[in-house]
Amino acid sequence: MADKAFGLIYTGSSNMQLRELTYSRSVAAVPFAGRYRCVDFILSNLVNTGITNVGIITQKNYHSLMDHLESGKEWDLHRKRDGLFILPPFVTRDNTGLYRGTVDALRSVLGYIRRSAQRYVILTGSHTIFNTTFDDMLQQHIMTGADITVMYNEENSLNTDEQYDDLRLTMQQNGRVIDLEYNPYRTESRCRSCDVFIMEKTLLEYLIEEAAAHDLLDFTRDILLKKVNDLKIYGWRYGGYVARLESLSEFFRYNMAVLERPVREDLFNPEHPIYTKVKDEAPARYGIDASVKNSLVADGCLVEGTVENSILFRGVHVAKGAAVKNCILMQATEVQSGAELSYVALDKGVLVRKDRRLVGYEGFPIIIRKGSVI
Amino acid sequence: MIKKRMVAMLLAGGQGTRLGVLTNRTAKPAVPFGGKYRIIDFPLSNCVNSGIDTVGVLTQYEPLELNSYLGNGSAWDLDRTTGGVYVLPPYVSGSTGEWYSGTANAICQNMAFIEQYSPEYVLILSGDHIYKMDYADMLKHHVEKGADATIAVLEVPMEEAHRFGIMNTDGESRIVEFEEKPKHPKSNNASMGIYIFNWPVLRAYLAEDNKDTASAHDFGKNIIPKMLNSGKRMFAYRFKGYWKDVGTVQSLWEANMDLIEEKPELDLNDKEWRIYSRSAILPAHYLGKESSVCRSIITEGCYVDGSVSHSVLFSGANIGEGAVVKDSVVLPGARIGANAVVTKAIIGENAVVGDGAVLGAAPEEGESYDTSLTGDITLVASNTAIRQGARVPAGMIVNQDIIGSKEG
Repeated sequence: MADKAFGLIYTGSSNMQLRELTYSRSVAAVPFAGRYRCVDFILSNLVNTGITNVGIITQKNYHSLMDHLESGKEWDLHRKRDGLFILPPFVTRDNTGLYRGTVDALRSVLGYIRRSAQRYVILTGSHTIFNTTFDDMLQQHIMTGADITVMYNEENSLNTDEQYDDLRLTMQQNGRVIDLEYNPYRTESRCRSCDVFIMEKTLLEYLIEEAAAHDLLDFTRDILLKKVNDLKIYGWRYGGYVARLESLSEFFRYNMAVLERPVREDLFNPEHPIYTKVKDEAPARYGIDASVKNSLVADGCLVEGTVENSILFRGVHVAKGAAVKNCILMQATEVQSGAELSYVALDKGVLVRKDRRLVGYEGFPIIIRKGSVI
Repeated sequence: MIKKRMVAMLLAGGQGTRLGVLTNRTAKPAVPFGGKYRIIDFPLSNCVNSGIDTVGVLTQYEPLELNSYLGNGSAWDLDRTTGGVYVLPPYVSGSTGEWYSGTANAICQNMAFIEQYSPEYVLILSGDHIYKMDYADMLKHHVEKGADATIAVLEVPMEEAHRFGIMNTDGESRIVEFEEKPKHPKSNNASMGIYIFNWPVLRAYLAEDNKDTASAHDFGKNIIPKMLNSGKRMFAYRFKGYWKDVGTVQSLWEANMDLIEEKPELDLNDKEWRIYSRSAILPAHYLGKESSVCRSIITEGCYVDGSVSHSVLFSGANIGEGAVVKDSVVLPGARIGANAVVTKAIIGENAVVGDGAVLGAAPEEGESYDTSLTGDITLVASNTAIRQGARVPAGMIVNQDIIGSKEG
């Protein structure tokens, strides 16, 4: 089944709501759950489906993403035949370099799409986190004879404050989509797209060329929404756990949710491992006065103080006498003795000096920008 | 084939009988160490960090696990177009073929491998020591001295010198005498089992030794003494730093415990000298709401709901609610049940300790069992299950499932 499909991940979307987190990285490279980047999940899902040809469309700030993906070796995508293709923007006679939208981006990688030998394409975004394989979805797609199949999950709430890329599906009994709403203010539909679309690659080529010819920019708004009646679009329901890093508070909330056992067990199902860049850090060390409760800790950490309800990424140092509660400490951050942090997210390499206090609130965590010294 | 200045040959055939059940199904170099490593990661990482990119690994005892662990060598950056890591088992050539009958014989049988790279020097390593060492510096010393052979030595306490091969040197660190485990040692320069030879010289000695039917075909017993007797220029290279032979249950346990010292002598976090290993694909470890952890090292995939102190947990180890683990080494995938008490033990890979079981309990009067391999360290073999509430006295080796109900 998998040899029939290739993956195409769009990482170009920028999300202003993630503020400081995405100043120097794309959403795909946003850190998650102690040792991962957002894109690890969708990429591992594709690989665990058995897909060996994956293209990653990058837009801005993709240096950190390329550094993370390298040759694709950790995902077993370092291949002679197919493998991982990083597709950054490039300037040509009819291409300005920067993509104005998803259609623009897809048009500029048409060469890659045409060269791919597989019949189907699994087109995805990169800021939705879940752990599954796409075998069932692909099978359903073929069985129903759909033009496009959209993966969705059921979500009860509608977050209108910080809405981001919220595509709602209304379906008939047989799963055929009869209405699509994009970022609606209110909706009857609980079925929200997970940003995964399956279609034949020839259809994708046709849709892109047609949209580009009409100077349309966005795949969702300008193609899907407009063609909901012309195309046979079907939904494929996913019942597992889904996290969406839409805003800073959601980033905070979904990272924290990994402290809950059912969430961890769903996202880190041993049958479908999530691959990431290996850093060869030594195991985490706990000092004699360490006190750690309900926390996720990655390798390379040195914990000598108090840590509760927190997530420590690789190489974090919490000194003796420091207290860290309800915090996300990203890679290589350091909290010196006597410092107290609560509801704070420290981006990579932040240093919190002795006896400093930083207190956020559950619904309004403080985020400290990469490399800052407090 | 592109010429290599120095090729490393790693002797990994050791059976490691003194490690008891830990080497039932695995060669000694593949024994887990330090939370996420295996013993062989240390010499291999040293090679890569010293700029050596061609390593032959000689195996013959239970090679499966070691083979699959090494894979194509990419974990150590040894997947190279020229060079890289090669597993070299004994083989049949024409109508003859034999097992490696000694360390020198193992190299002798793989002369063709070394010849491919026409090296000037060959580095001989063993796969049973934990240390960080710059072999490039040793080579520099070898070249500066104009040596035929250089042997790395470590100063050991005089009272322990009788357990080692002792190199007696002159003022220029030239070796004048070699004594294997002398009763009355003249110096305390112990051989670390790390040699650099000029390849043409070694090749000649290996060929000659191979014809000698009285020889044990061993570097320490035969090759080194023969070279010394014929006046070859042999020098000692003094190593300073952490070095531990982990050939026994006691020393393996101690070396693990050394890592949880406040300032461990062996720094695994040194960014300039990383120890590489094949990583298990597991999430960050989780410490539960009721857990308590101190003075320990814990790695990816672990799940701790109990209390862990002064211990080393390997990837995927699981410590149940209310369990108390102290002074112990819990190998990959092992599970300690709720309220179990584990004291001074090594728990094998994927072993399961039942709820409420007590390991490392004080022996009862009249209880007798063999502790010659373990001393007071309780040892549980891999893939072994220990029944709920069972009691295992200190120093016992558990080699099969405990399912009977003697007590509890």
